[in-house]
Formats: sequence, structure tokens, C-alpha cells
Amino acid sequence: MSFLEIDNLEKSFGTTRILKGVTLGIEEGGFLVLVGPSGCGKSTLLNTIAGLEQITSGEIRIAGKRVNELHPSKRDIAMVFQSYALYPNMTVGENIGFGMEIRGVPKPERDKAIADVAQLLQISHLLDRKPSQLSGGQRQRVAMGRALVRKPQVFLFDEPLSNLDAKLRIDMRTEIKRLHQRMKTTIVYVTHDQIEAMTLATKIAVLKDGVLQQFGTPAEIYNNPVNMFVADFMGSPAMNLVPATIGQSGSEATVELTRAGSTPVSLALNGASNALSAYRGKEVVFGIRPEALTDPDGADRNAKHLVTTDCHIEVVEPAGSDTFAVTNLGGKGVVARLRADAHIKPGATAPLTFNLTKAVFFDPATQERIA
Amino acid sequence: MSAPSQDVATRNGVFVRALVYVLLILFAVYYLLPLYVMVVNSLKPLDEIRQGNMLALPQQWTIAPWLSAWSTAQIGVSPTGLKPYFLNSVLMVVPAVAISTVLGALNGYVLTKWRFKGDNIVFGMMLLACFIPFQIVLIPSARILGLLGLAGTVPGLVLIHAIYGLGFTTLFFRNYYEAFPTELVKAAQIDGASFFQIFRRILLPSSGPIIVVTVIWQFTNIWNDFLFGSSFSSVDSIPITVALNNLVNSSTGVKEYNVHFAGAILAALPTLIVYIVSGRYFVRGLMAGAVKG
Repeated sequence: MSFLEIDNLEKSFGTTRILKGVTLGIEEGGFLVLVGPSGCGKSTLLNTIAGLEQITSGEIRIAGKRVNELHPSKRDIAMVFQSYALYPNMTVGENIGFGMEIRGVPKPERDKAIADVAQLLQISHLLDRKPSQLSGGQRQRVAMGRALVRKPQVFLFDEPLSNLDAKLRIDMRTEIKRLHQRMKTTIVYVTHDQIEAMTLATKIAVLKDGVLQQFGTPAEIYNNPVNMFVADFMGSPAMNLVPATIGQSGSEATVELTRAGSTPVSLALNGASNALSAYRGKEVVFGIRPEALTDPDGADRNAKHLVTTDCHIEVVEPAGSDTFAVTNLGGKGVVARLRADAHIKPGATAPLTFNLTKAVFFDPATQERIA
Repeated sequence: MSAPSQDVATRNGVFVRALVYVLLILFAVYYLLPLYVMVVNSLKPLDEIRQGNMLALPQQWTIAPWLSAWSTAQIGVSPTGLKPYFLNSVLMVVPAVAISTVLGALNGYVLTKWRFKGDNIVFGMMLLACFIPFQIVLIPSARILGLLGLAGTVPGLVLIHAIYGLGFTTLFFRNYYEAFPTELVKAAQIDGASFFQIFRRILLPSSGPIIVVTVIWQFTNIWNDFLFGSSFSSVDSIPITVALNNLVNSSTGVKEYNVHFAGAILAALPTLIVYIVSGRYFVRGLMAGAVKG
């Protein structure tokens, strides 16, 4: 049984349904990331867990206890807000201690808890300052301190890093991960940044238009997306999604990709699954991540099924650690990820290796996964 | 080539600037002239005023007109001066300003941070109170004050002013709190703060500028009000504006202009002081919504 359970959650504002029957759960000490594009309902979902929004139907349980009707302060949760939401009229110390003060914790006890948390977050020297005198990263720490000092059962983070600059964001990301490993508290974390989701999560829930698209470990989400939306949303650069046809060569199923001004590519599938066989002769969407499409020397030697074919390279984008090459397949630009020192020139033809073990197929009409 | 043209530009700049200052000074003098006349003539004996030169400085300085206006001048039937009426006004203004400001702040807080269905309609209706001509509500107000047993009393005037100030105070606070981050309220909720704790500990400490704006606005309007004061007061609850009118109109044969001038300044003094003391916050408060910190 999960520690935090969300059961068939519905949330409507008037006649607009924001969350449409979301069901998921996270084990104790887990790190659940809710990810999706703007307006997908992920922040609303977090607010319903916090109790800041009433739910329309369904149930939320924390440690087996139904919390639907409980006031936010009674749910044993703490939340870090996107804007940090530090009380501007109070010092850092007062901000951290405000919740305890409201609950009537005696001052000596309060001061000790504040000092402990401040030390953990290395903000002891800032306790007498006002939030307006702090930098973005310091405010972020104070906001986390205010959450940590409660020692809650569940931490809720609402896009906590989106207001920081790129460098600081990565530092704080590591810090959050380190804190999680040390405290072992259950965390629910909202972000629209799929890299944050991949790096932090033990479980990811991908949402779109209030519907849970997929719920699983980062590896499951990345390698086995259930539909084209998840495949496209997770990963950077995004997965190549190419219109293709399932063909046949002898007894072998193949995937046929058209090419502008050249003969189609035919890739032999090393034994197609039954589901894919049913699409023989029909259109599918062929999905392959850039790292599964590479130069022959850079290909994964442990992969079971590699196919190499010559492709016309249109654009080359060196990115330092890798080189990205764009070729045209199925009428779309397809990104391949090559070793940094791969010898490749735009306008020329170069061999590219498809790691078909990693390839996925979708139905173009339903956008659902076939195989 | 550039040097001469720059020189011309500088000279033009000085000229324009001088023109602007001259105009501004002229307007300031024009605007201050009535105040000058009042002050100067309130410090002259009546004889000097009768000689006709309103703008001249007193030949013989005296504060007798001030003392008379404050404590002995004939107001209506009794020679009390403005003192008791000044106190009436203070007793009316202070609670009325306090009540309307506190209620306006609470309204603004609820209308922005505790939204409910139809809150905008409620707000719209409260806004309407800003535009109602007071003459329309005189008779219903009189009836209600009568029913409450408050007719002709200072508390009755307090009630009327507090209610009719509510539209403006609600508008001020709602617009100010609209820009106040709602996440702070949510954070306080998670910290376990109650409705009033959030209001008192989180919102009020950040409301300085808008409180000053509201207090100045309400103080000035209520202190200067004549219509309600003359409609709903009786002999011992007359506010100073009405008393000033009675002072000027109580004829004992001679028009004591110097006493009238002194009385008028006395009546205007509190609003002047309030503005001078907190005026800069007033401007800052009006700007607060526009420029985000």
C-alpha cells in the first residue's frame, strides 16, 4: 500500500473539469514528480493534496488516513511555493518559526528548531535579515527551511526552481536530491521541466489536460512511453516521431521510411510482435530517441538489434559533448546524436546506425503505443 | 560643429526651465493667496479690515480674533466659540475613520483572498456606494437613525459616515490586496494561521501605504462634510463645519470678519495637519499598486 494515495480524483471549477479521475500513489520516502505542460492541472493536483483547493470527488489518503476534509495545517504536510511566499514583514527566523508560533510551541524550543534547520541549510547567518535583503537562492533556502522545520509526513514543492537562473537551478536541484536522501521524507514535486523530473524522481506522473498519461519510474517513462505525448514531452532533444509504414521483406517485417529525393529506407525488424504484425501494410509512427540513432562507431555494442544505413545529413550542430545531425526521414527532420568527434559534414551522406531495440511504434490515429 | 549646437541646446534648456519655474511660482502664489488673506486678516483688529486693504499686513498684530473664534464667539444662540463643536467633530471623525478603515480592509481581504461565488457582484454593489449622491439617501438615513434611537447624536453621525465611507475604503483595500501575493496567504494557511491571524500578521503589516491613503481620504471627507452634519445633528452634536456656518451667520449687528477668518482656519486646520504629516505617504500609497516592489 502506498503512503500517499490519490484515488480517482476529480476537480472542477464550475463546469470546467481540471482533473479527470487521477489515480496514483507513492511509497513512503518516495519522490513523486508531477510533470506536464502549462495548464495540465499539475499545480491544482498539488494544491488539492495540500488542501488549498477542495476536491470535487475522489479521495486523498496520507498514511492510510483520509484527509479530504482536513484543513491544510492538519494534514501534516509542508509546502514550498514557486514564489517562495516568504512573509515580507518578518525576519528569516520569524518566517521559519511562524508555523510553530501559531501552534503555540514555546520560544526556547522554537529557537532551537530554527537554529537546527538554519544550520542544515547553511543560512544561520541570515536569520535576522528580512526576505527583501536576500538573493534568490537564499530565499529559496529559507522557503525550504520553513518547510523542513515542520518535520512533515509529506513535502510539497510547487516549481521551486523556476525563478532561479540556470546555474543556481542545477545546484539547488542537487541540493534537494541530497536533502531527500538524508531526510527520507516523502516528496511530491511539481515541475514543467522534464530534466528536473528525470533527475529527481523515483516515480513520475505525466499529466496532460487533467488526465494522467503515464505513471512510472523515470526509466519506464523514458524508455516505454505509453503514447506519443509522453514520448515527445520527456527527453531533450525530443524523441524523433516519424511517419512510417510496416512492410514485409521475405518472412521478415520491416519498417519503411520515405526519404525526400531518394529511395525509401527499409529497416528489418528482428521479429515483430503480434501487435505490430497486425499493422502490416498500414501507417504507424516510428519513434526513436536521438541517442538510439548514431554513427556506427558510437552505437551501443550491447544492443541486440542494430541496423546501419546511409542517410543524407542536412544540418550538423556540434554541442560540445555531442554532435547532433539532422537528416530527413518520412518528411520530417530527424535528430541523430553522434560522438563529439564524429566526422560528418552537412550536405554529405553518412552511415547512421538505428538501435531498433529502443525503437517504439505508435498508432497515428489514437497516438497510443503499439509496440 | 557639435559644440555650438550643443551650446544652443543648453541655452534653450535653461530658458524653458526658467519659464516652467516662473509659471509654477505664479500658480503657487495664485493658489496660496486666499490662505494669505485669511491668515493676515485673522490677525488684524476689525477696524483695519474696514479700511479696505485686504492684502496689507496688520499694522497692529492681535490674536484676539482667534481666541474669540475658539471660545467666546456667538454661535447660534450661545456664545461658546467653536471649541465644543471642534470636539464634536473629533469625536465623530476618529471612530468613523477607524471603523470604516478596518471594515474596508476586511472587505478588501475577503474580496481578494477568500473569493466566493458572486464576489465581484458584491464588490460592484459596494462600488456603487462611491457614486450615490448623498442627497438621495438623506430621508432613508434619517428614518433609520430614528429607528435606532441615534437621531441627532454623535454616534449617529459616526454610523452614517462609517457606512458611506465603506465604498471607498473597500475599493482602496481591494485594489491594494489584489496585487498582494496569494501564495503568502496559502503559506500562512499551511502554517495553521486562522482567518484573522492571516489578516493581522501577514496582510496588515504590509498595508501601511494604503492605510495612510484611506485614513487621509476618510478624515478629510468626514471632517469637511456639511450635508450629513447639518441634516443629522442636534444642538449638542453639531460638527465644526456646521458651527462655522452658524458663526458666520449669527449676526449681532457687526460682521466680525477677523473672527470669521480665524474660525475658518481653525476648522480647516486638522485636515491640513493630517495632510502635511502624512502627505508623502499618500502619494507613495497611490503609486504602490502601479510599481511592484
